[in-house]
Amino acid sequence: MQTHKAKRVVITIEAIMQKRLTDTLERAGVTGYSILPVLGGSGRSGAWTREGQISRASGMVQVICIIKPERLDGLLDAAFDVVDKHIGVVTISDVEVLRAERF
Amino acid sequence: MADILDLAATNLLSPVILSFVLGLMAALGRSDLSVPEAAAKALSIYLLFAIGFKGGAAVAANGLDGTLIASLAAGLVLSAVLPFIAFGLLQVLTNLSRIDAAAVAGHYGSISIVTFVAATSVLEGRAISSEGYMVAVAAVMEAPAILSALWLVSRGGSDRRMDSELMREIMLNGSIVLLVGAFAIGAITGQDGLDKISSFIVAPFTGVLCLFLLDMGLVAGRGLRESRGVLNSGAVAFGVIMPVIGSIVGLGAGLLVGLSPGGIALMMVLSASASYIAVPAAMRVALPEANPSVYLTLSLGVTFPFNLTIGIPLYVAVSQAVTGG
Repeated sequence: MQTHKAKRVVITIEAIMQKRLTDTLERAGVTGYSILPVLGGSGRSGAWTREGQISRASGMVQVICIIKPERLDGLLDAAFDVVDKHIGVVTISDVEVLRAERF
Repeated sequence: MADILDLAATNLLSPVILSFVLGLMAALGRSDLSVPEAAAKALSIYLLFAIGFKGGAAVAANGLDGTLIASLAAGLVLSAVLPFIAFGLLQVLTNLSRIDAAAVAGHYGSISIVTFVAATSVLEGRAISSEGYMVAVAAVMEAPAILSALWLVSRGGSDRRMDSELMREIMLNGSIVLLVGAFAIGAITGQDGLDKISSFIVAPFTGVLCLFLLDMGLVAGRGLRESRGVLNSGAVAFGVIMPVIGSIVGLGAGLLVGLSPGGIALMMVLSASASYIAVPAAMRVALPEANPSVYLTLSLGVTFPFNLTIGIPLYVAVSQAVTGG
C-alpha cells in the first residue's frame, strides 16, 4: 500500500501550559493534534505521579501532532516560544501515514 | 495561657485534625492509601459550595454593614502587602534566589481556603460567631499577592508582566467562581434556602472535611517525602514564623476594621495561611524558573500543617484575649 512521509512531533509539557501551547499551534496553522494525559515520570525535576497531585498545575500532558515534513519548522518555531522556559521534552520522529491529504 | 493550651489540645484531638495526621502518617510510611483524584475534587467542590452558601446565608440573616467594604479592602491590601514582608524575611532567613524568594512570597500573601474552612469549623465547635462575608474576603485575597510577587521579580531586573490570559485564569479559577457563586446563592436565598439544603451542606460538613483533610495529609506527606533536602532549616523556620507574623498583621487589620472576635480570628487565619493551589499554578506559568518544590513544600508541607494544628487554636485564642470576647 502507498504510504507518505510525515513528521510526528511529541511535546510533553506541564498541564497548565496545555491550552497556551495548543492555541499557539493553532495560530501557526497546526490544527490537528491529540492530547494524552501523563500518569507520572521522573526527570531533571525529580519523580512525580499524577496520583496525589494537589492540582492540575503539577501534572503533565503530551501533545502529539503529525504533519507534513515541510511544515515542521513553522510548528517548532511556534512551540518553542511556549515551551522555552518550561519543564518538558520535545521530540520529532519520522513516520509514514496512509492518507497524506489528512495532514 | 491555660486557655490556649486547652484549645490547642481540643483542636489536636478533633476528628478533623486526626484525619489529617492519619493521611500524613500513611504517606510518610509509604502506605498505598489514596483518595482518587476525582473523589478529592468532588470533596473540595462540596466544601467550597457549603462554606460559600453558609457565608451568604449568614449575610442575608444579619444584613450588610459598612464593615463589609472595609473588610474586603483590608483583604486586598493584606494580600498585596504580605508578600513584601515574606520576601524580606526570606532574604534574612534563607539563601533562596530572588526569583524563588518572590515566588514563595506570593504564596504567603494569598490564602489557603482549606485552612479557612478548618478554622470556621473550630469556631463553630466553640460557638463563636463570625461575619458570613469573610468568605468573600477570602476570595479577594487570592490574587493580589501574585501581582506583588511578579513585581518583586521585575524590580530585580527581569521584566515580568501578567498576560491577560493568566489574569483571567486567576480571577475566574474554579474555586473562586464556586465560592463566590455559592455565597451569592446563599445571600439571595437566605435562611429559607439554607433550611432547604441544610441536611446536605450543614450536617455532613465536618465528616466531609475529615475525608478531605485525610487526602490533604496524604498529599502533604508525599510532598515531604519526595522533597527531602529541598528545604534547609532557615526555610523551615520561615514556614513557621511567617504565618505568625501574618496573623499579627491580620489581627491589626481585623481590629482596625472592627470585626467580631470570630471575624478577627478568621482574618488572622487568612493572613497566616499560604496558597498551594491557585498561586503555584500561576507561578508555573509566570515564573517557570522558580523551583516548584521549594514553594509547594513550604506552603503545603510546613505552613499548612502548622496552621492546622497549632496556628488556628492560637489565632482564635489571641483574638478572644485581645477583644475580651
